[in-house]
Amino acid sequence: MVDVGTIAVYRRLIGARVRSDFGFRASFAFRLVSACVITGLDFAVIAVVFTKIGRLGGWRFSEVAYLYGACGVAFSVAETWIGGVDYLAVRIKQGTFDRVLVRPMSALGQLATEEFALRRIGKLFQAGAVLVAALVAIPVQWTTGRILMVPVTIAAGAVIYGAVWVATAAISFWTVDANELGNALTYGGNYLTQYPITIYSAWLRRLLAFVVPMAFVGYFPSLYVLGRTAPSERFGLPSVVMFSSPVVAAAACAVASAIWRVGLRRYRSTGS
Amino acid sequence: MRLYAEVARRAFRRFSTYRAATLAGAFTNTVFGFIQAYVMVAVFRVRHDVGGLHRVDALTFVFLTQAMIMCVGLFSAGGDVAERVKTGEIVVDLYRPVDFQGYWLAVDLGRAGFNVVARGLPPLLAGALVFDLRLPGPFEWAAFLASLAVATVASFGWRFLVALVTFWVVDDRGPAQLSTAVVMFFSGFIIPLNFFPDPLRWACRALPFVTMVQLPIEVFLGKHHGLDLARVLAYQLLWAAVLLAAGRAVLPRATRQVEALGG
Amino acid sequence: MAQIELVDVVKEYSVWHRAGRVRRQRKLVRAVDRISLSVAEGELCGYIGPNGAGKSTTVKMLTGIIVPTSGRIRVAGKDPQRQRIELARRIGVVFGQRTQLWWDLPLADSFDLLRHVYRVPHDRHRANVNAFIDLLDLGPFMQTPVRQLSLGQRMRGDLTAALLHDPEILYLDEPTIGLDVVSKARVREFLASVNRDRGVTVLLTTHDLTDVERLCTRLVVIDHGRLIHDGTVAEIKSRFGDHRTVVVDLEEAGPPLEVAGAEVVGVDGPRQWLRFDRQATTAAAVVAAVAEQAALRDIAIEEPDIEDVVRRIYSGDAASTPDLRDDPSRA
Repeated sequence: MVDVGTIAVYRRLIGARVRSDFGFRASFAFRLVSACVITGLDFAVIAVVFTKIGRLGGWRFSEVAYLYGACGVAFSVAETWIGGVDYLAVRIKQGTFDRVLVRPMSALGQLATEEFALRRIGKLFQAGAVLVAALVAIPVQWTTGRILMVPVTIAAGAVIYGAVWVATAAISFWTVDANELGNALTYGGNYLTQYPITIYSAWLRRLLAFVVPMAFVGYFPSLYVLGRTAPSERFGLPSVVMFSSPVVAAAACAVASAIWRVGLRRYRSTGS
Repeated sequence: MRLYAEVARRAFRRFSTYRAATLAGAFTNTVFGFIQAYVMVAVFRVRHDVGGLHRVDALTFVFLTQAMIMCVGLFSAGGDVAERVKTGEIVVDLYRPVDFQGYWLAVDLGRAGFNVVARGLPPLLAGALVFDLRLPGPFEWAAFLASLAVATVASFGWRFLVALVTFWVVDDRGPAQLSTAVVMFFSGFIIPLNFFPDPLRWACRALPFVTMVQLPIEVFLGKHHGLDLARVLAYQLLWAAVLLAAGRAVLPRATRQVEALGG
Repeated sequence: MAQIELVDVVKEYSVWHRAGRVRRQRKLVRAVDRISLSVAEGELCGYIGPNGAGKSTTVKMLTGIIVPTSGRIRVAGKDPQRQRIELARRIGVVFGQRTQLWWDLPLADSFDLLRHVYRVPHDRHRANVNAFIDLLDLGPFMQTPVRQLSLGQRMRGDLTAALLHDPEILYLDEPTIGLDVVSKARVREFLASVNRDRGVTVLLTTHDLTDVERLCTRLVVIDHGRLIHDGTVAEIKSRFGDHRTVVVDLEEAGPPLEVAGAEVVGVDGPRQWLRFDRQATTAAAVVAAVAEQAALRDIAIEEPDIEDVVRRIYSGDAASTPDLRDDPSRA
């Protein structure tokens, strides 16, 4: 379905969105900066905590910073590109979602591109800076495999976050009042992945490994990059989970698109 | 006074109609509370005391912050007042025989009254079920509720000021976001101020934001007694009064801005 | 060939009612109740009914936004439910109260984006835009952000947006709502020319019956989701409007007059309204009968206009709905 022509159209829709935002240049800059500051607060917390302790859940500051940076970059990519689906509830309430349905393109694609949010890129800069600093600071023997794993982690992480975003936004097809439930999973999910999952209790760890696959965003692939204990020793999971993020990402996409389609069908049959 | 009580009552009822949103929000607060709680558990596995805070204090602290956000209204800078300014409807409001700031304070207290129960209890109860929290006796509860009420007024005073910025800038979302960031960091919301190095901690105590989160929680945790408690409440009241007065002082200037623009 | 075809179409919604403080009860509401309708190529068909009659629901089903509970719909030979995207290229839609345009961008940019969304060849697009600029006089505000346009200007922009990809079918949901008299006239003129010169099949949903009278050859009336009339505007007038009203101003106020074949439908001081059936009597006979009973100062005869007719349909033939005569164009 997605051919070169379609991508070109989406590019133009994104361009239109960016031009709209630039119409209010001063306020755009203000929001970019404040978004940067707000997301930076999460890292400030980590930094403050590490002034009091040397290790958190067995991890050093630089290691947690790497996890934070990799997850943050992945999240901001997902947030920028697909986070616009958050507006589904608002669109349905205003009745402007229908406009998307009378056009000859995918509803999801249009929503994401029309609500593309360049200002959310503030987090990319902030998390990117932390990531670069962390890569320099972590005490690890760099091998080709480890080096390659960093971009793979980020790409797979972005896809997993994106899938969670789409799946939770689709809740709005059932109820438009529970948008914040989605936030608990998207922003909450991001917040959660910033820390090594060893600090969580067993049930939460299992939930993250097997249900909402947040552990595959940062923690498992980071074990490999950081050269830490293999997951088999802690969780009884085979070492292959460290390399499974791309597969999990593909599966997450399939599940998310199924949920979206069911939701859209429901919307079209209830129209409310 | 009857009028303002009525306004507050209506705001309370208006918010109580958003049922699904309230549930979803309470769930989100609870989730964030849990994540922060596990971070604290990890911290206190290594240390016993951080700036006078023990494990049970820290756990209670994080769930209380989640329980208090909506009541104190940390995220709602701008909000209704900014919206009135943006749409120009404020001109109508100013001609009403009602005190503008008083009216919106009443609305905000109604909102807070609803949220203290609907958004406050769920995270606190969920936290208390899973973790060992410090739940105080009746006297501390009463002191805490008084402190929370003053915190809400102080927070309103600040948010009212931020909303007035809308008179000068087109888009209120930038200032609102920046205000949120500042308040979150300096109020003890994202992390107890006890974690800060001493100089920063003392600096934070001199700012108004400490009265919005950190101080009510310290009251809840029973960190202040007798005269000390009275001093804390008085300090909160002082900031609330200063912020409200600042709002009253800025309002006429802001409205002149509207008149200059031709309403 | 029928461009739009509905056979026995039903659309039901579940509505949740509050029963007590917490408990809620589900109730099934039929928004569209077994409507069958066929609109031929090139027709300009009015689709009217009171608020909540099911007009918008029908349009949403025809565009594929929502799917019917049962029944069959074909638009340009396609099933809107299954072939929504294919069909979207061949239809244009204008929702009067919601714009299709990009709010913060100049009108010209919206048109350019739509060229790509619908993949219209460049030359064809250029020609269409130029034609519409002429027809609707868009020139002066092509570079203005949509949010700064007046309602009338925006509607002209929206009409253009809906037609740039040369749709065969155009749905208009309240295109004149909120417009001033001049803008309304301009929109009507434009719609007539689009229908005439481009052969576009138009389905027009409206509250404004002047739209219908000026534009439509055919009129479909629905109420409570049911189709209650389908025919020409002339037919509907003669079927439901076969009455006249004589307004008489008497020398002095009195009790309602008693005139054979006529009925007093209103009294205001010395003024009385007498309605009569043209088949049963004549205006002359009614006036003569009145003159016998009272001293006449002045008389006037009111023709039924379409609004009267439709109001009578809602309250008379569809007798169950006297409370639904909430026609804002009249208020």
